[in-house]
Amino acid sequence: MSRIRRCLPALLLYGALAAGVALTLSPLLWMLAASLMPIGEANSYPPRLWPSTVTFEHYAALFTRLDLGRYLLNSALLASAVTAIALFVNSMAGYAFAKFRFQGRDRLFRGLLAAMVIPAQVAMLPLFLLLKQFGLINTYWGVIVPGMASIFGIFLIRQYLLAIPDSLLDAARMDGAGEFRIYWSLVLPLCRPILVTLAIFTFLGAWNDFMWPLIVLTDSSMYTLPVALANLLGEHVQDTELMMAGSVLTVLPVMLLFVALQKYYIAGIMLGGMKG
Amino acid sequence: MTGRERHAALSAGIFLAPALLPIAVFFFLPVLAALLLSFTDFDIYALGDLNRLRFVGFANYLQLLQSPLFWTALGNTFYFVLVGGPLSVAISLGAALLVNSRLTRFPSLFRTAFFLPVVTTLVAVAVVWRYLYHPRHGLLNYGLSWLGIEPIDWLGDPDWAMPAIILMAVWKNFGFNMIIFIAGLQNIPPQLYEAARIDGASAWRQFRHITLPLLGPTFLFVALMTMIGYFQMFAEPYVMTQGGPANRTLSVVLLMYEEGFRWWNMGYASAAAFVLFVLILAGTVLQLKLRGGERS
Repeated sequence: MSRIRRCLPALLLYGALAAGVALTLSPLLWMLAASLMPIGEANSYPPRLWPSTVTFEHYAALFTRLDLGRYLLNSALLASAVTAIALFVNSMAGYAFAKFRFQGRDRLFRGLLAAMVIPAQVAMLPLFLLLKQFGLINTYWGVIVPGMASIFGIFLIRQYLLAIPDSLLDAARMDGAGEFRIYWSLVLPLCRPILVTLAIFTFLGAWNDFMWPLIVLTDSSMYTLPVALANLLGEHVQDTELMMAGSVLTVLPVMLLFVALQKYYIAGIMLGGMKG
Repeated sequence: MTGRERHAALSAGIFLAPALLPIAVFFFLPVLAALLLSFTDFDIYALGDLNRLRFVGFANYLQLLQSPLFWTALGNTFYFVLVGGPLSVAISLGAALLVNSRLTRFPSLFRTAFFLPVVTTLVAVAVVWRYLYHPRHGLLNYGLSWLGIEPIDWLGDPDWAMPAIILMAVWKNFGFNMIIFIAGLQNIPPQLYEAARIDGASAWRQFRHITLPLLGPTFLFVALMTMIGYFQMFAEPYVMTQGGPANRTLSVVLLMYEEGFRWWNMGYASAAAFVLFVLILAGTVLQLKLRGGERS
């Protein structure tokens, strides 16, 4: 009896954890299982949790008939471009806010932080008109340009660099190194961990983004995966297995990226959460 | 300005410009333009010929206030924020307490599992949940039938559509707040709990008098971020319900999208966007005031 009482908290704890994990992962596991089922099996009753025979026909159909390879490429290209540019420009600005002394620096930075309460959707209508003037509607640049610099990215780099002593930079300055040289060969290598963090955040954000690509990309050959998937749902809502295969292909790249680099991702949330 | 100061200002400008110029041109300028746009009758004719554009004062805002559809969207958005937000925060805290418990072995494994939905693509998982919610062969109703619960038409029943979307949204994002709560929990000095245990305080009293008060700042941050995010709901109804049934899941952003980018009523849609912004701002100020008052 006393042993049961001693074990009871642990039993309850693990019971709750197991239930939580089951509820959290079951939608994702079912998505994967259904994507491998023969046609119609995902709509049977009682629902099947596992395919009777594993088939890759839906994945094949997506690539051969429905041009999914093209959307995968669009998504990969756009997310990579946004990430590369974001790393460069945000790290430069974050460095300036952390280590340069100039008039109005702190006021400017606080103003930027305060602007983070403005929802991005407020800017979207005029942004569309602006990009139309520039001829950027239905182009890759139209997707890249609004996402390449971010206040959050600048904030992340600045917080990280504040912890690095000025003496290190001053020593380089004494040796006569130019500002850009210091940034490129001293600051950037120091920032490596936070740059990885920023890269994951930016890549995931760009990959998963839906509303802006939906607005800017009008030609279906330009679609990113989320836009293509939402579009596919219109015609293939009955083809559960096919839709699940499309969802797997959309979700899998970012999930693998996260699992591989989660240490950096979590560190970024902590840094953002601590100071916010 | 001395030469040294001028040099510092110049190099600061060069380092800031590549990020701040795009932010100014592609964010701050459009936000200002949106404010101006909301006082015009910008529509599909103005899109073709700017001479058609007229200044209409507050007409768009008045039209919004008189539109039953806008009030419906506003009500739905508040439903989502006021029910979904607190639910998400509560579940995040619960998960954080479980993962962070002294008894839990392999906490990082559980943390990763709970976090996985956060990194998924919202559109893709919304598609998945559409099928999970299927009234006849969906997994959810099947699971509930084991508990003796009759099938629910989750996305087809006007009363159930919003709870269904909230459930999906909470599943998708509770892991994010959980991480922040875990960080907050780990910042609480363990000596406090030891002292409380020696004094014979129960687990509930420890939670009530140590954990909750010391999590205060974390709570504020999580509540703010969640509120701001939930006010912007768009892809969930776009993919799962298209705002239906009977407009019961139409959100303000979805309404803005439909008016602005489907019907090209950009003046009217800008006004809707600004009302949303003001609401988010008011909610932020209100929470900061309430929490600030609590602390002093």
